[in-house]
Amino acid sequence: MGADHHGPAKGISRWLFTTNHKDIGTMYLWFSFAMFILGGIFALVIRAELFQPGLQIVKPEFFNQMTTMHGLVMVFGAIMPAWVGLGNWMIPMMIGAPDMALPRMNNWSFWILPFAFAMLAATLFTDAGAPNFGWTFYAPLSTTYAPESVTFFIFGVHLMGMSSIMGSINIIATIMNMRAPGMTYMKMPMFVWTWFITAFLLIAVMPVLAGAVTMMLFDIHFGTSFFSAAGGGDPVLFQHVFWFFGHPEVYIMILPAFGVVSEVLPTFARKPLFGYSSMVYATASIAFLSFIVWAHHMYTVGMPIAGELFFMYATMLIAVPTGVKVFNWVTTMFKGSMTFETPMLFAIAFIILFTIGGFSGLMLSLAPLDFQYHDTYFVVAHFHYVLVQGALFALFCGVYYWLPKWTGHMYDEGLSKAHFWLTFIGVNTAFFPMHFVGLAGMPRRIPDYALQFADFNMLSSIGAYITGFSQLIFLVCVVKCIKGGVKATDRVWEGSHGLEWSVPSPAPYHTFTVPPQVK
Amino acid sequence: MQGDSETVAVAQGTCGWAQFPVCTRSRNSASRGNPQVPGWRDYQQKGELGDMRAATRRRLLPLALPGATLSAFSGGLLAAEAGHSSVNMTRGVTEVSHRIYDLHMYTLWVCVAIGVVVFGVMFYSIFAHRKSKGAVAAHFHESTTLEIAWTVVPFLILATFAAPATRTLLQIYDAEEADLDVMITGYQWKWKYEYLDKGVSFFSALATSPNEFNNIDNPDQAPKGEHYLLEVDEPLVIPAGKKVRFLVTAADVIHSWWVPQLAVKKDAIPGFVNETWTRVPEPGIYRGQCAELCGKDHGFMPIVVNVVPEAEFDGWLAKRKEEADAEKALMAQTFTMDELMARGESVYAKACASCHQPNGEGVPPAFPALKGSKLATGPVEGHLDIVVNGKQGTAMAAFGAQLNEVDLAAVITYERNAWGNNMGDMLQPIDVAKFKKAK
Repeated sequence: MGADHHGPAKGISRWLFTTNHKDIGTMYLWFSFAMFILGGIFALVIRAELFQPGLQIVKPEFFNQMTTMHGLVMVFGAIMPAWVGLGNWMIPMMIGAPDMALPRMNNWSFWILPFAFAMLAATLFTDAGAPNFGWTFYAPLSTTYAPESVTFFIFGVHLMGMSSIMGSINIIATIMNMRAPGMTYMKMPMFVWTWFITAFLLIAVMPVLAGAVTMMLFDIHFGTSFFSAAGGGDPVLFQHVFWFFGHPEVYIMILPAFGVVSEVLPTFARKPLFGYSSMVYATASIAFLSFIVWAHHMYTVGMPIAGELFFMYATMLIAVPTGVKVFNWVTTMFKGSMTFETPMLFAIAFIILFTIGGFSGLMLSLAPLDFQYHDTYFVVAHFHYVLVQGALFALFCGVYYWLPKWTGHMYDEGLSKAHFWLTFIGVNTAFFPMHFVGLAGMPRRIPDYALQFADFNMLSSIGAYITGFSQLIFLVCVVKCIKGGVKATDRVWEGSHGLEWSVPSPAPYHTFTVPPQVK
Repeated sequence: MQGDSETVAVAQGTCGWAQFPVCTRSRNSASRGNPQVPGWRDYQQKGELGDMRAATRRRLLPLALPGATLSAFSGGLLAAEAGHSSVNMTRGVTEVSHRIYDLHMYTLWVCVAIGVVVFGVMFYSIFAHRKSKGAVAAHFHESTTLEIAWTVVPFLILATFAAPATRTLLQIYDAEEADLDVMITGYQWKWKYEYLDKGVSFFSALATSPNEFNNIDNPDQAPKGEHYLLEVDEPLVIPAGKKVRFLVTAADVIHSWWVPQLAVKKDAIPGFVNETWTRVPEPGIYRGQCAELCGKDHGFMPIVVNVVPEAEFDGWLAKRKEEADAEKALMAQTFTMDELMARGESVYAKACASCHQPNGEGVPPAFPALKGSKLATGPVEGHLDIVVNGKQGTAMAAFGAQLNEVDLAAVITYERNAWGNNMGDMLQPIDVAKFKKAK
């Protein structure tokens, strides 16, 4: 093969022209961390304004830009690219492949992203300001009434979509064609399975999002009326198209999290994953259901009762496969021999807090109750529990779990535990009180609020600042681990299992140039 | 705190969860609130805001630890049933809102119960099955019986949610046979209420002074009032005990009309009319807010519903109709400059100032300045055209349908002569009427 003679190129060209899945995975992860910090700064502006009643820091126009940009940057810039980064690094190593199936496309799908987000972030400096219509950009607020920067936003979304589609084609091609001999589908690690299913979701729905923004573009610039009743269109059509993308999108962000937790729990419980095949089927069921529940985001738009009932029943069904996963995880821990290194702490916190988010999701699924919950802080609490305490916690979990394999050093256990506990306290202080103010009647996306919501908002803001600044510990911890530390063994963890632990730590630039045999 | 028996009876009829202890408590508490002042928060109306907030803050101290949060939550839930907590959904004042509240509490407690079982097993494992205690890992990794059990049991639990949810939803969707129809139209950023076939309609906008909420470069800051951000210049008035149908739509972007205590939330969508309804048994003042992001002042378009006894409502409607007729008579009248300027200033404050600002300087580029602008100092026809018909593709709404001829004449005259514009010309209602007719 001779590949083992190729090291990485020198200097900047290593990163610009690389086709190596590890380099590209690293770039994805650093990029998503940068976006996480940017989106976090937006969040802290929001929480600073909401610290007390009254307008203190920003005007409502700018507040709306902050909520919009926070959502867009976190969803498309932080969580999604982070999963692609983890997938890039780990999928080839977990299935015994030398690299991704389409390495040049891999390079391109990453390098689109900095341009997409530069375009999006640049709108902050335009006269009319950044997009201000919420990350869900409902028409006609996002068309007729939008600031001029909406066109940049549209092209930004197009680029992000292209990047995601190429990334997922690559992952599917890799998993279908490049598994090591003997690795049947039902022997694949759960992280590979969940990413495999996620990639299909991405391919199915990113074009729908592209269609939605393209229709917006035509309504704004070319005189069509897709979303304007005055021209025979329908603003609710926008919501149907958006949420047909948007609901699978939330599973795109959480399914790989299920995969990571299913890898980490057995390692630190020193016991095989309980119900592997039911985990696979549950993931597939959740993915299928995600396509037929979109209108539960729209219970109050005035759908016919039959539609309302269909979407309610279908949504409630999601609780069944999700429940199966949680029960399987708890049973995996049961009668194990557990230790509590940082990845395990994040995994356990994930299960508890994601389940709380699942409970509020179940409550939200009931249409009559949603008439009270809809567009309140109860919803904000719900989706932050599943996306922050869910997806983000699983990302931290995965990063700490595989960091020694990437760097060849153990991370600082004390620093990482400080990061975990401060983040844990921070996010719960920030997001749990949002359930209360939401139920008590505080609408979301408002820059100022009635006085009875004051105390909990103050508490939420304190929690948000604890969370935000704790992430600097994470940065220090990762940088320190890259620079040095206790040498990691090949297996790293006593209970680790799977092909990625059979290569040296740090993983060499090229792994599995000769396919391993899986029994 | 003895309940009056009638209210309790009504609540029992609506409560489908008699076996559920929490529900029993909530039923008893139904009568605790003071039906005469059912504002959003009783304590606020009694002027005990400061004490209550201090008390809340003391209660909040343990929340700093997430572990204590859950216990505070359940404590708070009990307080909620007494009607003055800020941690739970309001039980509301209608049959529908009671049903929703009861189902909410049922699902909540079922979720808590499931959580206790699942997390109970988990924490038992965490404490008992740890390596440091010498636990040796078992090797089991599947059990068909267990897998079937935890697929089927959740399904059955879900069925117990689905049945009452379906019943309640069917009731919410039955807007037939209403006693009164009110058309609700959302505007950026106010509501219009139109009593269909009664000849009465008016706008309802935030009454809180900007000096109460604007603390940015504002030398005239004022203390926050009792109903901060939840008060309007003119509330919606409806009769108690009558089925009122709301036809909900919007003139510009999507809004959502929400009053928590009535459990009514319906999106107001431009070009489409949604239907919903309420029947409020007791008179009172109920407050809500726009629930769908609708632009800059989304947080500043509250809703106030004043429910009054039927006789009082009829009197109010008749008086309002008289005023409307009197207003119509003004259309033929000729006004002096001073009269137009005085009226124009108040119309401007209500209809224009939130975008173009009280000083006419706007918030460019989204909301251009009027002070010294080409439009306000140019030909009067162009000015009239934009105000009446709006400007396509911008946030400038068509005010032709929102304001009557007198108000339009007054506000345009005002804009042409205020802030040093000093055009000296004026517009009469009859000119506006001619312009509208010519279109």
